[in-house]
Amino acid sequence: MSPDLLKLIFGRLGLDSLPLHEPILVATFVMVALGGGALFAGVTYFRLWGYLWREWFTTVDHKRIGIMYMILGIVMLLRGFADALMMRAQQALAFGGSDGFLPAHHYDQVFTAHGVIMIFFVAMPLVTGLMNYVVPLQIGARDVSFPFLNNFSFWMTVGGAVLVMASLFIGEFARTGWLAYPPLSNIGYSPDVGVDYYIWALQVAGVGTTLSGINLICTIVKLRCPGMTMMKMPVFTWTALCTNILIVASFPVLTVVLALLSLDRYVGTNFFTNDFGGSPMMYVNLIWIWGHPEVYILVLPAFGIFSEVTSTFSGKRLFGYTSMVYATVVITILSYLVWLHHFFTMGSGASVNSFFGITTMIISIPTGAKMFNWLFTMYRGRIRFELPMLWTIAFMLTFVLGGMTGVLLAVPPADFVLHNSLFLIAHFHNVIIGGVVFGAFAGINYWFPKAFGFKLDPFWGKLSFWFWVTGFYMAFMPLYVLGLMGVTRRLRVFDDPSLQIWFVIAAIGAGLVFLGILSMLMQFAVSFLRREQLKDVTGDPWDARTLEWATSSPPPDYNFAFTPVVHDNDAWWDMKRRGYQRPLTGFKPIHMPSSTGTGIILAGLATAMGFGLIWYIWWLAAASFIAMLAVGIGHTFNYHRDFDIPADDVIRTEDARTKLLAGVK
Amino acid sequence: MSRFKILALLPLAVALSGCNYVVLAPAGDIAAQQRDLVIISTVLMLLIVVPVMALTVLFAWRYRQSNSSARYEPDWDHSTKLELVIWSAPLLIIVCLGALTWMGTHLLDPYRNIGRIHAERPLDQSKAPLEVDVVALDWKWLFIYPDYGIATVNDLAAPVDRPINFHITASSVMNSFYVPALAGQIYAMPGMETSLHAVINHAGTYKGFSANYSGAGFSGMHFNFHGLDDKGFDAWIAQAKSAGGSLGRAEYLQLEKPSENEPVRRYGTVDADLYRLILNMCVETGKMCQSEMMAIDAKGGLGHEGVNNTLPLAYDKYARRGTVLGPEPTFVAGTCTPDAPQGQTTAAIKAPLDTAPLLGAGLKRPTFAPLKSSSFFLGQRPKSDS
Amino acid sequence: MTVAVNPTQTGEPVFYLADEHPHPEGHSTSLGFWIYLMSDCLIFAMLFAAFGVLGANYAAGPAPKDLFDLNLVAVNTSMLLLSSITYGFAMLTMQQNKIAQTQMWLLITGLFGVAFISIELTEFAHMIHEGATPQRSAFLSAFFTLVGTHGLHVSCGLIWLVTLMVQVWRFGLIEANRRRLMCLSMFWHFLDVVWIGVFTFVYLLGVLR
Repeated sequence: MSPDLLKLIFGRLGLDSLPLHEPILVATFVMVALGGGALFAGVTYFRLWGYLWREWFTTVDHKRIGIMYMILGIVMLLRGFADALMMRAQQALAFGGSDGFLPAHHYDQVFTAHGVIMIFFVAMPLVTGLMNYVVPLQIGARDVSFPFLNNFSFWMTVGGAVLVMASLFIGEFARTGWLAYPPLSNIGYSPDVGVDYYIWALQVAGVGTTLSGINLICTIVKLRCPGMTMMKMPVFTWTALCTNILIVASFPVLTVVLALLSLDRYVGTNFFTNDFGGSPMMYVNLIWIWGHPEVYILVLPAFGIFSEVTSTFSGKRLFGYTSMVYATVVITILSYLVWLHHFFTMGSGASVNSFFGITTMIISIPTGAKMFNWLFTMYRGRIRFELPMLWTIAFMLTFVLGGMTGVLLAVPPADFVLHNSLFLIAHFHNVIIGGVVFGAFAGINYWFPKAFGFKLDPFWGKLSFWFWVTGFYMAFMPLYVLGLMGVTRRLRVFDDPSLQIWFVIAAIGAGLVFLGILSMLMQFAVSFLRREQLKDVTGDPWDARTLEWATSSPPPDYNFAFTPVVHDNDAWWDMKRRGYQRPLTGFKPIHMPSSTGTGIILAGLATAMGFGLIWYIWWLAAASFIAMLAVGIGHTFNYHRDFDIPADDVIRTEDARTKLLAGVK
Repeated sequence: MSRFKILALLPLAVALSGCNYVVLAPAGDIAAQQRDLVIISTVLMLLIVVPVMALTVLFAWRYRQSNSSARYEPDWDHSTKLELVIWSAPLLIIVCLGALTWMGTHLLDPYRNIGRIHAERPLDQSKAPLEVDVVALDWKWLFIYPDYGIATVNDLAAPVDRPINFHITASSVMNSFYVPALAGQIYAMPGMETSLHAVINHAGTYKGFSANYSGAGFSGMHFNFHGLDDKGFDAWIAQAKSAGGSLGRAEYLQLEKPSENEPVRRYGTVDADLYRLILNMCVETGKMCQSEMMAIDAKGGLGHEGVNNTLPLAYDKYARRGTVLGPEPTFVAGTCTPDAPQGQTTAAIKAPLDTAPLLGAGLKRPTFAPLKSSSFFLGQRPKSDS
Repeated sequence: MTVAVNPTQTGEPVFYLADEHPHPEGHSTSLGFWIYLMSDCLIFAMLFAAFGVLGANYAAGPAPKDLFDLNLVAVNTSMLLLSSITYGFAMLTMQQNKIAQTQMWLLITGLFGVAFISIELTEFAHMIHEGATPQRSAFLSAFFTLVGTHGLHVSCGLIWLVTLMVQVWRFGLIEANRRRLMCLSMFWHFLDVVWIGVFTFVYLLGVLR
């Protein structure tokens, strides 16, 4: 075939785009291919495709979508953590004239991919998944406001993840750092597909995140059950509301800034170029206007989880509910006024720098108040050290350290000596692992029995906990030390042999965290095998306080046979205490949204369009775009999007639960 | 078991190995003041962090389920007094820290002329500050000493106790100029100038590097900063003078091409206008300087005539590359000057001219020496030449 | 709903609704659409900000006063403003359940929209023909992107409008279609408001500068 025709069909995709010369990637590919092949074969052998398609892929049930988000987050955690291990190994080895085992163009992709994956495809799905699963149950709703949109949002997130994963084996990922600052990310300095993968993965996933944000805001504002005023909402729902407001108010900024970068890269406009009046500094400002709220998007729901867990496992009302809510709202607002602290060193004047430094410090006031609220929730409680509570205690001890170094970095002159150093790396891992990841794990251990009807195995859970906590401290305390020695981030090789020992300790720490991850996977496997022993039929294994524990575990499709009525912010606690009797008769048909395949099809087309744009395969991009338009419009011609669960089905489900509960007594 | 013992001893061994906590023990007054702020802020915050951590452990232990002697008040969830303490304790600390921040930020503003040489030594007005122009290149540092007419690559020196004024820019992408022993860092950005005012108080050789990732050769983008006494500094200048080579526009364009792990280079003479041209991104003759462009823009542009004053870009740092859907890359032509008549670009530049479209994974890879098993862990290997 | 919260006559607290009124179809749509519009508004805010930063960087090229034909822009603005009015008429006739008239007003709105897009494209083509391309300067990049994004929104609105006309024609002014017309109405007026911003900040202030 002629080169022109090949170019028309494949764009810039060629055989040389496959990284066949990189043994590490080939080995990874073989492993992924074998694993994926086995999974595919297994699903085919057990004839599960139909089941998966009908019950999971096309579902609009917020609970199943929530679970799928969690699975996506955990799968991507493995990828992101593999990158982390490679970085730690490289930095521990590349001393004394050795180049380590990763060449620059590979190492630079690894740290970029690590950051992007961990934030967008691990932390976001875990947080969104928990919100999706829990919020409608906590507010006594049957589903979210826009169930179809929820499905679509999830698959868009998956689409972004697919693009990132594709970059591992077809072409390469960005070599720019996770925020892809121009001019480095502009076409002149990054002419390869890496930055294009970055752009389109985030654009596709970003659409999903924004829509899911709109969806959950509407859900919380509109679908609360009777009696649940704003100030009677569970704290997790409050933090979810604030987080989703932040999502809606910050992700469009990311969309714009990436769109402008892609215009620079595709058509040669001059937003962030050096010549023709462009301004790279504008990119840095804009991306951090998204980037800083993003941090709070991740950590606020974690705060919510810790509030629920502390209160439940201390057997006590949450101390200072009102101040907790106000603290959350204040953090939400302030998170927009601090973005410049990410680049004090860009040369803004002293007044600008001190303004942003001081607003940053002010955030620590409501955060500190929250910390005290958890503390005084424990005070005069009866603390049960189950897994979620262990994670919470570890969070409280770890997060104050991270908060302290964070406030330190908010002092501009201190930032001048610590910016971009490993101290900074240690700081944000301290708050993101100590806050978000520990929070997600507390949430997983806490709500798992709700989702599956059996508790997670405590032995492997504790093992995982201790590996994670010790591993975390071993991996990141040395980085604080290295930062104070003036070691900067993203270095691939080192000259000074006295630093090596610290990197070796950090690498051992990363190894311990890896054992923690493996233990957690074991925990899931063992719990599944021991599900009969770990079974919970009450629907309320922790003697908990909020509405999600009022229904069965796992909850029926319709969540609640009758819409609950709430009188107290610990609704279920109140119901239990005042002798709530579960209704046994009078069931009626329940109106529910029906499943649809449109979401996954649209997201698949969006991913294909992204792929076409990345590789300059214009026909693919155009065709997928037109198909998206057609499918989208076609979907609006479907006016029958819901159905009724017949009363008989409701009666059958509820009777089964009655029997189960009787069996307990 | 012995392996575990060794592991347990690691921190001790490390502490004894005499690590250089340069951020905590710098040699320049600015960095020392920044260090003081780091320590004061940390102590201030420890005032609240330590009690919180202690209370966490204490409450967790005291109110454990098995301790039935502890009070249990499941409905106690509010106390106005406690709430006041909860909010005001962090507030007070932040008020102190905020005041400290405001003062510190203004005092240690890198744009501000330094007010003293050292905590005990005031500024000597008779000594003129040392001017140094810093250019971050891919991936090396160029230092121009305008007062001495010399330039160096990856080697920087300054006399002890003499204020230094750095003017910092970059040729292509963002970097950050950082000598931890001397003063905090500041970004180096193309077409823009940042400054840093600092002073070194102790003689010695210190590490300097880029603190902002800038591409493949980033790891090797470091230099030595020498704090020298006056005699030593004169000798250092003389050494550069005697090195001979001269750095003009053509040499600069050759120098700015991407290269990794550059050795030290010295230039005895340097084009007096070079730094201005680099800053204004018009080292290539025929290209319009940013300053000129900004002056024209401030007067409302060049109108319709300005539309066509661009010329095709023949030279770029890597190669001549445009965007896939855009037109061929161009640059804005300068107005006529005697040495650069309209439309005529530097002929002397032997730049890579690769107009081939991008295919596949793109750029040529630098050579790479993978890890040999002999160098595993602490094994030393002679420094490779790559 | 407030009834259920209070204790019943017997004094026993009520913990669930025995008789429930399911949330009506589309109960959250207008709120959701409002929130979407606000996120879209943020997109325009960012593009305005970019224009504010870069709007005077002509790279020694042409400035707004050399490029903009205010008469043309005024005509263009009137097209969009008129289309907003006619959309208002469409909504009024929709309230009165007059399908034919609603369709007619929608059609007129669409024609105004098409006119707006055509004039804008003519303007763009003229500028590009003169050499004032988006690549020529940061000002032009920001200008084309901001105005182009608005134009893209109007084009999407037109596709949506046609879809809705088909749906009204096929299914009548049923509840779902009314809701959709309401959403498009908000979208259309929103674009109008954004255009007023574009007209003021980009065109008028640009020429004054």
